[in-house]
Amino acid sequence: MKLRDLTELAARNLREAVLRNSLTTLGIAVGVASLVAMLSLGVGLQELASTRLSRSGLFDAVFVTTQTNIRAFGGPPRASADRVSTQPARKLDEEARRQLAEIKNVVEVYPEVRFPTEVQFEGKPYMTTVAGIPASARADGAFDEMKGVFFSGPEAHEAILQIELARDLSKQTDSLIGKDLVLRYAEKQALPAEDSVPGRSKTNRSAANDSATTNTVSSDAPAAGGFSLVPRELKLRIIGVVETEPATGFGGFGRGRLLIPLRIAQNLRIAQPTDMREMLRGNTGKPTYETLTVRVSSPKAVQGVEDTIKDMGFGTFSILDATKNMMLFFTVFDSLLLIFGSLALTVASLGIVNTLVMAILERRREIGILKALGAADRDVRRLFFVEAGAMGLLGGVLGVAMGWLIGRALTIGTNAYLKRQELPPIDISSIHWWMVALAIGVSFFVSLAAGMYPASRAARLNPVEALRYE
Amino acid sequence: MTGTSNGLAVRTERVSRQYAMGNALVHAVDDVSIAVRAGEFVALLGSSGSGKSTLLNLLAGLDRPTSGAIYAHEQNLAGMTSQELAHHRSHTVGMVFQAFNLLPRMTLEENVELPLRLAEVDRAERPARVREAVERVSLAARLTHRPSELSGGEQQRAALARALVNRPTILLADEPTGNLDSVTGDAIMHLLQEINRSLQMTIVMVTHDKVRAARYAHRIITMRDGKLVPEGASDEIA
Repeated sequence: MKLRDLTELAARNLREAVLRNSLTTLGIAVGVASLVAMLSLGVGLQELASTRLSRSGLFDAVFVTTQTNIRAFGGPPRASADRVSTQPARKLDEEARRQLAEIKNVVEVYPEVRFPTEVQFEGKPYMTTVAGIPASARADGAFDEMKGVFFSGPEAHEAILQIELARDLSKQTDSLIGKDLVLRYAEKQALPAEDSVPGRSKTNRSAANDSATTNTVSSDAPAAGGFSLVPRELKLRIIGVVETEPATGFGGFGRGRLLIPLRIAQNLRIAQPTDMREMLRGNTGKPTYETLTVRVSSPKAVQGVEDTIKDMGFGTFSILDATKNMMLFFTVFDSLLLIFGSLALTVASLGIVNTLVMAILERRREIGILKALGAADRDVRRLFFVEAGAMGLLGGVLGVAMGWLIGRALTIGTNAYLKRQELPPIDISSIHWWMVALAIGVSFFVSLAAGMYPASRAARLNPVEALRYE
Repeated sequence: MTGTSNGLAVRTERVSRQYAMGNALVHAVDDVSIAVRAGEFVALLGSSGSGKSTLLNLLAGLDRPTSGAIYAHEQNLAGMTSQELAHHRSHTVGMVFQAFNLLPRMTLEENVELPLRLAEVDRAERPARVREAVERVSLAARLTHRPSELSGGEQQRAALARALVNRPTILLADEPTGNLDSVTGDAIMHLLQEINRSLQMTIVMVTHDKVRAARYAHRIITMRDGKLVPEGASDEIA
């Protein structure tokens, strides 16, 4: 029998027992709906976590340091991630920064500038940590939900307070916006070299230069002659309060409490605790960095960029490993949800078996007539298959719609709760086209599998006995 | 209609069909050999349980013999696959039953069209074939009616139209008048006779009505307890 005739006969049969077939189809739909709801919940939560973490600015960044430093960070290097370079340790200087910026897929290279200092607000001193924020951080999303605005320019004398500092300054954190605070810090000023000092050896200092890694940015880094410290003050206008802590560099994300434009932070020539060590090592005066942050165009490009940087002789750190662990967690989580969702579909498939077995009993005589009129076993089998497949297909489509509704309901319910908690809304379920296709496909094939036994039983029916059946 | 070089439409050679019923073995058809010429109208006569319907089912390819051979146009049904038997039922034979066996959910037109679907006849050709079949049994005006809306005689005529629609060479009728009153039964017998004459169609009809068998069939084959009753010894069968 041709497919069109089979389909027409199957549709007629399905219409004849409309209530029972509808209930069976509904059973399949409920199974598919639970599958879709579970899957969309798993994927939605995964996307939510990925988006939130991506917006933190950690996932598209490689933190670069000298190889010597990264090895001293504690424990042996990661076997998989560390590519041991044969090149000697390199300095993170302006030349290195330029070279890093030229690597394919690198969007921006900037140093980490973070230092502890004192601020004065309304006559009271507060100790805090200042962090320089690059202009590109605006796109990270960490500032999306801030109160106030982002820096008006790269050299604006403006400050964004992290909520904890803001709470220290005032109980009414919103009221801080528009007010001024004073940043008090120690500026380095280079002294001329003193070659005539007895007992000093230029040779020794030069030798030390080759392997020295100087501290944080210093556009006026201490020369061989040393440096003096000068107290300075900088008035800054508070323009915003942020709850999310933006990434500011290797090992330092979230530690900045007072955020200022990166260029301003660099220009301050802040004295750092490591300056003394660098002075003793005898820096030539050439500015170097302890770490640089390399911003990559997308998280997918991180591995390639990281490998290239290692080949250049630097140490790197990225959060790729953490991402991999997170993906592993979500894979297990999704699998569990999928198993629970599949249980409902399994029960529904038993409904198909039951419906079709009942149909065989009811249509026993009809099957006998069909065979007497020339239907082959294959025709009868295919007829039952088409009926099972049609119920599966329809149940799949209905199930996807129901699953979407369940997902929406969960999101609405969750957001209603979050709203009461004064938290921003989120979307905890996510349905993709691949999910729709997968759910309908699974429903269709599970239904066909469920129809296999009844169809085979109907095909094997003895026509003489079937014709005798009343 | 179509015959073979020996002029036979169907023949059996020592065909037997046994059933296991509990511990007992029932010989429904026992060593039966018959031959039916092309265009012949044969009545298989016998009382209940004589094995005539079983023999008819064997001729139709609905059942397989335990032993022996069944030839339809010299094709041995006993050696056919189930697919080939289905083809035989679809293209070579047409069947009518005592209980009509129309599908109650379908209209007359759909019932008659059903064998065309199974035989994969081109859709464009089907309406003409259906019309031809229903006109032969004078039911053209009842195409849209369901079986429940037809009388017993009309239902049997509809079943005849369904049996003829694939233009088979052999018509097998199992007690076609068994569920009909005498007048309607005679009308059906007239129709079978007319089909046999006009189409030269081979007809094998199972009946226990000796009078009708004698009136309409060319030849009567009598069965008793699964065996053939020799000619001349069948007068006692009623």
